[in-house]
Amino acid sequence: MTRRTGMEIAFAAAEAVALCKPDVVAAYPITPNTHIPEHLSDIVADGRIDADFICVESEHSALSACCGASAAGARTFTATSSQGLLFMAEVMPIVSAMRLPVVMAIGNRALSAPINIWNDHSDIMSQRDTGWISVFASNGQEVVDMVIQGFKIAEHRDVLLPLNINLDGFQLTHVVEPMLFPDQEEVERFLPEYKPYATVHPDRVVSMGTLGMPEIFNEAMKAKDMGLINSKKVILEVWREWEEQFGRKHEPIEAYRTEGANVLLLTVGSMGETAEVAIDELRDRKMPAGLLKLKLWRPFPLEELRKAVKGAKVLAVMDRAVSCGGSAGPVCAEVKSALYGEPGCPVIVNYIIGLGGRDVTAEDFIQIVEKAAKADKEKPKEAYEIYGVRGS
Amino acid sequence: MTNKKRPETWQEVNLGCMVFSPGNASEYHTGSWRDRRPVYDNSKCIKCGICYIFCPEGCISQDADGYFVADLDYCKGCGICAHECWPGAITMLQEG
Ligand code: SF4
Ligand code: SF4
Repeated sequence: MTRRTGMEIAFAAAEAVALCKPDVVAAYPITPNTHIPEHLSDIVADGRIDADFICVESEHSALSACCGASAAGARTFTATSSQGLLFMAEVMPIVSAMRLPVVMAIGNRALSAPINIWNDHSDIMSQRDTGWISVFASNGQEVVDMVIQGFKIAEHRDVLLPLNINLDGFQLTHVVEPMLFPDQEEVERFLPEYKPYATVHPDRVVSMGTLGMPEIFNEAMKAKDMGLINSKKVILEVWREWEEQFGRKHEPIEAYRTEGANVLLLTVGSMGETAEVAIDELRDRKMPAGLLKLKLWRPFPLEELRKAVKGAKVLAVMDRAVSCGGSAGPVCAEVKSALYGEPGCPVIVNYIIGLGGRDVTAEDFIQIVEKAAKADKEKPKEAYEIYGVRGS
Repeated sequence: MTNKKRPETWQEVNLGCMVFSPGNASEYHTGSWRDRRPVYDNSKCIKCGICYIFCPEGCISQDADGYFVADLDYCKGCGICAHECWPGAITMLQEG
């Protein structure tokens, strides 16, 4: 039976992983994701699950160990944050190109320097193009759901790709929230046993991660890209099955009070919950504003976005990372390129907020919407604005 | 899970570029990279096997008389064997 339990979200992520009975967990501690592998190591040590917890000396080794374990046919999990993810970077595109369904939780944290342990999205954005499925949770319940869904999606025969679940460092990892946990039986009904496509084993010879000459590389990359693009079908299917079994809906882009909205906010991650409060307040003031919460980052939901923005005059895209020297924040650049040339495309403005754990309040979103509402009459001077920066 | 030659289209690429035919690297003849070939003067050779050990390509083998020969299908012409052969039995000859 599903039970409602209050706990720290990082612990909840670990409990959700345990429900999926992984064979191998390899991780190296780094704030703010640490409580996830820490709690998993407790669960393994207490004998609650029959998994190997590999204590490694670095994140590079953590993902390398996961890569090898997954190639051997193990259900595999890891977690990291910030510079830890960058230390995994060398292995990131290898895991996806080898089509190994490793699941990873990323407790999103700013990249140094200056050293900062708090939240923004610069870590995952740096790994955007590595070929992983990437989802963003906006609260603890979504973390629990996405972990369990994550194994099913990643391991699906038509997918076989690694998947990362992004949860904002501290804003989510360290927050205590009541969450619904399915029981073991329910999880097993939802998540089939992992049947690997091929495994490295002395009796069944296979080579993985071999040399690819120029005359094969285009085709190999196209196949990898199509694997990720086509995974969307399975993601939507798994989310539908989840809704049927557990009653909670998941969508690539979740719309909140968007009916008749002139101005739409688009957020990623936990700031979506704060933005909802702002939208309620604006609606009370008869301001037609709505919210789009982007949950599926890779593969990017192009059609869903095009549909979701129809009718809006202004779209204000929130980024929690700077693409230094670029044309916009990473999310906005993606949104702009997806909507370029679309008939009736709204004016798109970009605000970069909440860097390195800077607080983002409902009042900030109200001000952003009010500012953005003027953008269809008067184009902002800058392509993007680091909102609230002192000196602007 | 079929073994095939070079895939013509991306759809034919094995999942994850997995290779199911072990040892098929031998189908790739690295000898085509070579611009110089090792030539052995067996009158100077003392059959020490140093060339065999040092060849990075692993393409040197011992013949029935105990002398060493390089397989030119795979020899890249790096010259390491000639450099390491201390009696000077190997010279690198420019390919025509
Ligand atoms: S030239 Fe290099 S590759 Fe060729 S036989 Fe000598 S050591 Fe081996
Ligand atoms: S290194 Fe020179 S002497 Fe020794 S076996 Fe090879 S060719 Fe003969």
